[in-house]
Amino acid sequence: MKTAVRVWELEKRYGSTLALDGLDFSIGSGELFGFIGPDGAGKTSLFRILTTLLLPDRGGAAVLGMDVVRDLREVRKVIGYMPGRFSLYQDLSVKENLSFFATVFGTTVAENYELVRDIYGQIEPYRDRLAGKLSGGMKQKLALSCALIHRPGILILDEPTTGVDAVSRREFWDMLQRLRDEGLTILVSTPYMDEASRCDRVALMQSGRILGMDSPAAIAASFPKPLYKLRAGDMYRLYGALREFPATASVYRFGQDLHLTAGQGMIPDQDLLPYLQAQGLDDVVVAPCTPGIEDCFMELLSENQNQHDARR
Amino acid sequence: MMPGDKRDIIVVEDLVKRFGSFVANDHLNFRVSRGEIFGFLGANGAGKTTAIRILCGLSKPTSGKVLVAGQDVGTRPEKVKRSIGYMSQRFSLYEDLTVTENIRFYAGIYGLGPALIRERTAALLHRLELEHAADKLISSLPLGWKQKLAFSLAIFHEPAIVFLDEPTGGVDPVTRRQFWDLIYDAASKGITVFVTTHYMDEAEYCDRVCIMVDGRIEALGSPEELKARMGAADMDEVFVKLARKAIPRTEQV
Amino acid sequence: MKRFIGFVLKEFRHILRDRRTMLILFGLPVAQLIIFGYVVTNELRDISVAVVDLSRDEATAAITDKVFSSGYFILDAWYPATVDVEALFRQGDIKQVIVFGEDFAGRLQRGETADVQLLADASDANTANLVVNYTSGIIYSYLESRGAQGSMPTALVPLSHMEFNPSLMGVFMFVPGTMALILMLVSAMMTSISIAREKELGTMETLLASPLKPLQIILGKVAPYVALSIINAITIILLGYFVFGVPVKGSVVLLLAECTLFIMLALSLGIFISTISTSQQMAMFISMFALMLPTLLLSGFIFPIENMPAILQWLSYVMPPRWFIVVIKNIMIKGTGFAYVWKETLVMAGMMTLFIVLSLKNFKIRLA
Repeated sequence: MKTAVRVWELEKRYGSTLALDGLDFSIGSGELFGFIGPDGAGKTSLFRILTTLLLPDRGGAAVLGMDVVRDLREVRKVIGYMPGRFSLYQDLSVKENLSFFATVFGTTVAENYELVRDIYGQIEPYRDRLAGKLSGGMKQKLALSCALIHRPGILILDEPTTGVDAVSRREFWDMLQRLRDEGLTILVSTPYMDEASRCDRVALMQSGRILGMDSPAAIAASFPKPLYKLRAGDMYRLYGALREFPATASVYRFGQDLHLTAGQGMIPDQDLLPYLQAQGLDDVVVAPCTPGIEDCFMELLSENQNQHDARR
Repeated sequence: MMPGDKRDIIVVEDLVKRFGSFVANDHLNFRVSRGEIFGFLGANGAGKTTAIRILCGLSKPTSGKVLVAGQDVGTRPEKVKRSIGYMSQRFSLYEDLTVTENIRFYAGIYGLGPALIRERTAALLHRLELEHAADKLISSLPLGWKQKLAFSLAIFHEPAIVFLDEPTGGVDPVTRRQFWDLIYDAASKGITVFVTTHYMDEAEYCDRVCIMVDGRIEALGSPEELKARMGAADMDEVFVKLARKAIPRTEQV
Repeated sequence: MKRFIGFVLKEFRHILRDRRTMLILFGLPVAQLIIFGYVVTNELRDISVAVVDLSRDEATAAITDKVFSSGYFILDAWYPATVDVEALFRQGDIKQVIVFGEDFAGRLQRGETADVQLLADASDANTANLVVNYTSGIIYSYLESRGAQGSMPTALVPLSHMEFNPSLMGVFMFVPGTMALILMLVSAMMTSISIAREKELGTMETLLASPLKPLQIILGKVAPYVALSIINAITIILLGYFVFGVPVKGSVVLLLAECTLFIMLALSLGIFISTISTSQQMAMFISMFALMLPTLLLSGFIFPIENMPAILQWLSYVMPPRWFIVVIKNIMIKGTGFAYVWKETLVMAGMMTLFIVLSLKNFKIRLA
């Protein structure tokens, strides 16, 4: 597989805060790659370095074989970039926005219409509406069309689904997967853990570091401990009881369930249920559970925290 | 006093809010009881923010009756504001003031006495394990801590209700859950929690959930009821099923 | 080139769609000119003057008569020599006291020094200056008409504009000033705000990540404002001519060329401001304090530069409008040619070059 993005020893500082703490990785050509992490994890700084908008303090990066510092002009010609806030002109219409971004890259909408037909087609009925009057989902589609209109060699999307409702988010990921199927390399960042499953590979980020990087399935498979999900009539009391349970390693709320990790030796029927019954919780349902990305993220976070504490 | 059930801390009857010809809230009806965690969901532009602004006394309803903590928001918004706490996505802490200075400022707004402020400040710092950071500037704190502090300040004056507008946007999953621990603590003390979120797993943590679509309430009930009614495995599916129905209409506006 | 045209087109759309921008662009110049023209003129009218006449002869009577028939002054009263002048001023109504010495006509006749003192209330230095100048002008003209060789004990500096503005119409002075103000506002403030807006909305991030060069971005943003500002300058000149009867005595081509130079200077200043501000609000603030107030206060528009303390006079040298106003006054009212304004033109060209160089140095090809 050819390499689309290579990053080495990458460091970025803002004053005394380390926004990127020595990143090293490569992304293959044609991958749909997700950077997943909360605000302040360093996703935006990384993307701004890859799009030549920021200078790294140490290390470097190459996009499609071109150095993001030295080959500034060439890199800017081949990337399609969608910054964190949809940077559309609110006082221009849908059509005007798209043709403006086409002219900026020295092309026309007609020339590359084929590329955006799938996505732009959905908002074309509203082409004379001002961008500022569009719904969040439509803005997102327009911004994506604008980033695609010059036939970029790589697409870099910074939190395209933040603040967009669940339905629009799903549709957006469907579009990204179709673009990937056509061979485009796509880098996406998101704070939503559940979107990881839509990517070929993901990097879980926190505090400027990559906690783990692999395919979503491989990350889930690497979860080191048995994981149980539990449910009871009184979830609040169950949660309190599990936090006091001596064998508990971690207990987290997970939608309608609680997710529990415990030491290797713990056998639910023998150890856990009697304990809970003694607490007056006799309607508890326990089942083994396949870890998701969010479980892994939290596990990696606590491992990382422990390492960090140990180093100190 | 308050008509209807004494336990209902929020009573909304036939609430309509129009902006020109646009109907942001179309005959809303719901009640929230004391100590409940009430989730308020909806796509962008579904009318959530408009409704919350009305409940907080920041905006007048076009018609309908809205009682919050027994007071009419249309005629006595000042009374309403005394009995509520509010925390928005961009939590309103002063970045250039220290933790204690922020606490003192908010307590001052609600007219708490110095002795009470001292006592509650100490308790709050202890609970959040922020004693060591008492004199640090807010700008130097991590996002998660700011968020917890902002919430604690929103309930510092022990309001009857606290409104949380997407309080957990963009924070890591562990902090998000710690935040919900705080919400449960508040609810167990009898504070009613009215919360909006884009995370569907958080909808499951609510006692009851209200889903708005195009200015109307499309579904209202406990997560279990809604899942059963819609034949859905989780709240995400409930939401998608309800919102998908609405899409052709939204796009026609 | 196609990119550039596309950019300019987009910029025009922003301007045409924003009602507020349109209002500032076209409503403001007209409103401002009319306000300044009619209301804030520094013309004197009905100024209260007291007279202390120790001679009471035909010369003092004639002068007094001339003073009060000029329309600028009204007679408060005659006072005896014992009057407390300070107390008179403190009452607030009286702005000037004219004191004629003893045997005024007799001394004039004998060719001796006849005493006349002009005491003005200097709490408003500007008015005081004008009042004294107007009065002494009247006295001079009386002396001239008598053909007498009288000398005045008060140091009189005839105001230069009295020579070229014999009817003393204040509005003449305001056309060049208003023009400087409007062009500064439209060119510098509007461009700096519109560039800062792209930064604030995040669209600058996309533009920077595109193959556009900084110079292309700047020129694309500025070009529409050049056109609009020239239209504005012409509007002001026409308004001045048709509504207030302000003549253009010199070359119209030269006038427009100087206006264009000043517009470019203001634009380069606007670009410079935008490179150092991160938000529209900041751009607006800097424009207000760095451009508007100095244009109003330090350019000689409202307050004569000669009356300022030395330090402010020095400061006024670095104010672009100061030079522009001199040039415009020379061309429009005195009717002089390029030979008389080349120095000022050179200064403006120099300033423009400086700001362009600074902006290009400051404009970042990256975000931070």
